Amino acid sequence: MMNQTANAQSTGLLVDEELDRGLWPKVVYVGRLLIRDKAGMLGLAMFLIVVVAAVFAKPIAPHDPLKQNLRVAKTPPAWTEKGNSDHLLGTDNFGRDLFSRIIYGSRVSLTVGFFGVLIAGSLGLIVGLVSGYLGGRVDNVIMGTVNMILALPYLVFVVFIAAILGRSLLNVILIFGFTDIPIFVRITRGEVLRMRESGFVESAHSIGAGKIRILFDHILPNLIGPLITIATFEMSAMIFYEAGLGFLGLSVPPSVPSWGNMLATGRKYLTIYPWIATFPGLAIVFTGLGMNLSGDWLRDVLDPRMRRVKR
Amino acid sequence: MQRYIMSRLIQSVMILMGVLLIVFFMLQLTGDPVSLMVSRNASPEQIEALREELGFNRPMIVQFVDFAAGALTGDFGMSLRHQQPALKLILGRLPATVELASSALFIAMLIGIPLGLLGGSNPRSIWDTLARGAGLIGQTIPNFWLALILIVVFAVNLGWFPSFGRETWSVFGLELPTRSVVLPAFALGVFTMGQLVRFTRSAVLEIKNEDFVRTAYSKGIADRRIYVKHILRNAAIPLISIIGVQFGYLLSGSIYIETIFSWPGLGNLLAEAIGNRDFALVQAIAFFTSLVVVALNLLTDIAYGLADPRIRYGD
Repeated sequence: MMNQTANAQSTGLLVDEELDRGLWPKVVYVGRLLIRDKAGMLGLAMFLIVVVAAVFAKPIAPHDPLKQNLRVAKTPPAWTEKGNSDHLLGTDNFGRDLFSRIIYGSRVSLTVGFFGVLIAGSLGLIVGLVSGYLGGRVDNVIMGTVNMILALPYLVFVVFIAAILGRSLLNVILIFGFTDIPIFVRITRGEVLRMRESGFVESAHSIGAGKIRILFDHILPNLIGPLITIATFEMSAMIFYEAGLGFLGLSVPPSVPSWGNMLATGRKYLTIYPWIATFPGLAIVFTGLGMNLSGDWLRDVLDPRMRRVKR
Repeated sequence: MQRYIMSRLIQSVMILMGVLLIVFFMLQLTGDPVSLMVSRNASPEQIEALREELGFNRPMIVQFVDFAAGALTGDFGMSLRHQQPALKLILGRLPATVELASSALFIAMLIGIPLGLLGGSNPRSIWDTLARGAGLIGQTIPNFWLALILIVVFAVNLGWFPSFGRETWSVFGLELPTRSVVLPAFALGVFTMGQLVRFTRSAVLEIKNEDFVRTAYSKGIADRRIYVKHILRNAAIPLISIIGVQFGYLLSGSIYIETIFSWPGLGNLLAEAIGNRDFALVQAIAFFTSLVVVALNLLTDIAYGLADPRIRYGD
């Protein structure tokens, strides 16, 4: 951002009036947009709750998520008749506190989502930039591969790879990080192609800016918006798929409290102790809703073209 | 049109070649595919014997040519566990998966398209709120969790539907679905339902502002006629491609639902094969489902071309 402002001054062009007024008006502006969009505000709040739960799991969780206590095993939620106020959401088959396990489970989900998107996003950005900016044969080969991967039945392949690699957090992150690259490549390339033909790149070129300079000073900053938006949706998708793998027993080891592992346990006791499966699922829905609502909002804020369209 | 079909066909064949490569080399990821397939306490001699038997001791390129040639002639190898050709096992499970996926698509279309139309044509009404809510729910509820909740509510508590298994109703040799498909199909179809709602709604919103719709209004044509003749018809063309893609997703994405409901389809076979470390069968299923999905995408593209002259003559 700083770079762009300096550029605008040195060339005497006014790129964006708001940029020249510094950071604060921009923050106020975004804040105003957020308040106007109630759904977006709700989504962001939901997402922040999950983040806080993951970061401060230790002080928030009332119990040790791994501590077994068979005397209180299968306790129903606190508000039911046989409930126990010590265990808000009840306990599982080993007497582990469900509420604490759900709080700790958010760590697995967010870690997988965050690092998965980080890997897929950064590699996808590089490949997409190369493909879109070089064009020609390189572009054909890259996009051919990308379209091929996107045409595959995703779930079947993810399950296949997970079964081969075995259960570990790192493996899960790598699986999602690598299989999700094509999505980011496609978005980046599309945006680069669109911008390459646009007026501001043409004018930068005409005043003598080199390819590399155009790429880093003009195209890259404009890519941040669409990429962050896609990252939100992809992160929520990864959290889903991680839980799904856990459900099949293919994600993190069974000893780790994760929402998918909890669902797998809950399924065994579904008909007699349904709460064991209900609450981790609700946690996934809560996170997914939060991320999707914030994603929709981000798309509107970061992309001014969308802002004008009344949805 | 012929050129369009040809180019899509060539593309599909190339994709399948790539799939063969991926499926083959996936097993080599760990370095030693045989050690994946045997139990943990197998002796080195046993491992060596299996390596010999499965031909994993040959050079990799020979193995790949053998694998690809087999796959192209319909020989997907033997299932280690079942000691049967993998293709036979797959074809035996296919009808159940097709029944589940088409029922899911049917339910999704039955709810999704009308809701999207109502929402899109009455913005900011209660229908619109419902449509947006349904779109969001479809995207945020994991189907494996929804399936569990449906079982608790509709099978255990209300007893309206069975909680597992597939029953069919035989009429003149045709296997027709019974109510055993309702819960799994609904759980599987809810994501597609959400996609259809979102898509139909935004298509209607967009087409409503087109010039030809304004012209139709200015000619004094009645609302209903405009919706049926102008808006619906134009929204239907891109809907074809969404439905085609979604059908592929439903056919290949039923592993959770089939496991939960003990539905005897391909997804269940895949989960079993993974549990048994029967990787020859896993490979075969991965290739077969890719084949089906790629073929479906090809058909969708052709149908799209037939329906939309802009595509047909475009390139």
